[in-house]
Amino acid sequence: MQDLPESVEIIDVVADFIRTKLLPQLEGHSAFHAMVAANALDIVKRELKIAPQENQAEHGRLVSLLSSEGSLEDLNRELCEKIASGELTLETNGLKEHLWSTTLAKLSIDQPKYSAYRKSLGV
Amino acid sequence: MMAQKTTSDETKAKKDTSLEDMKASLAKACQAHIDPSAELMSLKRLSGGASQETWSFNIEVAGKSLPLILRRAPGGQRDADKETALPLATEAALIDLADTVAHIRVPPVRFVLAPEDNLGEGFIMDHVEGETIARKILRDAEFEAIRPDLARQCGEILGRLHAIPIEQCPELRTAPAHEELAQYRQTYIAHDHPHPVFELAFKWLADNAPKNPRITLVHGDFRNGNLMITPEVGIAAVLDWELAHLGDPMEDLGWLCVNSWRFGQIDKPVGGFGQREELFAAYEKSSGIPVDPEQVRYWEILGTLKWGIMCTLMYEAFRNGTDRSVERAAIGRRASETEIDLLHLLAPQHQ
Repeated sequence: MQDLPESVEIIDVVADFIRTKLLPQLEGHSAFHAMVAANALDIVKRELKIAPQENQAEHGRLVSLLSSEGSLEDLNRELCEKIASGELTLETNGLKEHLWSTTLAKLSIDQPKYSAYRKSLGV
Repeated sequence: MMAQKTTSDETKAKKDTSLEDMKASLAKACQAHIDPSAELMSLKRLSGGASQETWSFNIEVAGKSLPLILRRAPGGQRDADKETALPLATEAALIDLADTVAHIRVPPVRFVLAPEDNLGEGFIMDHVEGETIARKILRDAEFEAIRPDLARQCGEILGRLHAIPIEQCPELRTAPAHEELAQYRQTYIAHDHPHPVFELAFKWLADNAPKNPRITLVHGDFRNGNLMITPEVGIAAVLDWELAHLGDPMEDLGWLCVNSWRFGQIDKPVGGFGQREELFAAYEKSSGIPVDPEQVRYWEILGTLKWGIMCTLMYEAFRNGTDRSVERAAIGRRASETEIDLLHLLAPQHQ
């Protein structure tokens, strides 16, 4: 067990430092990259908070959809093969719901401000 | 410390000499091709991609300043084997064709670089004033009056573009849907990361490809960012012809509707500024050819998938060390934006 601060706290303070202290001193290309850097840290922060339970839920859905066992990556590869071969389609029970749940979870980490994500939440 | 400083000084000196050489060559080329009295006043690098460098410069002729643009291969040389981008002389010929045959507003080409110009492969064109940044065009008050006309203008321009007789075109690759799909499938396989939603899109696109589409000249990248807009006229110039090819003309209409180019204006499918009906009506009027909305939707789906795969490709440049910038790393996480767009298109939530 690590001591405090927690990783989320560290990322938070670094992102905040970039935005409030560093960014105002930069211009042009460097300012743009600093903003991208702060946004990238936000992605990591959200991933640390959200991914553990979402990945577990995704894994559970994949196990029942594919009736097989394996790591999250293995099962995703198997899902890809079965979609490509036509063995699983949008008519297959649970596939559409699985793809939506997984994609919404990805967006909640990568880009929660994205227009299509907000639209699907009804915001 | 010392050694490092010397190296960076040497690099800087080398850069300075090559910039001075470039200025001298550019002045000479303008004297040879435009006016013997031309003087080079300024030279500024605008952007540099993997396949293109763009420079802005001014020459003075008889007391008058002429703003120009140089498009050339990186460092004047181009890497021929992995390109779908056109040779620059071909791009220049196409811009000229769009200008003279289809009367499309483009930055007029002044001249194509010759080997004796010592500037590598490229061409010189006029610098056209206007705005290409989508967020400004879609939000700033000065564009408010022209915005409602932009979808119509796009349809009108694309109608004329697709009417250019292909016999008049320079040599171009032909890429209907199955060709495009095969190319992006290869990139996706090489990336070697599972994307179930991309698989769903690949499958749907393979099963539903348009049968016997018309084959015309296709711009290939007709979207916000490549349209120079002014508050007075709207589309003042169509830029970046480097992805032009022969293909299904509906590709250009579908690409323009991809959500990634709406910059938040999700309910205005055409570039974030207009409705499909306005685009289609203007296109039909200028081309005389009816639009099948389903076929445009096909290309919107293919375009969305294509942008998603391009995001992974840009991340690859980070992964393999070609470009270790934060931006290249972060763009990999934008592929998921296209996945939710693909789900909205292929598997709407409440159906």
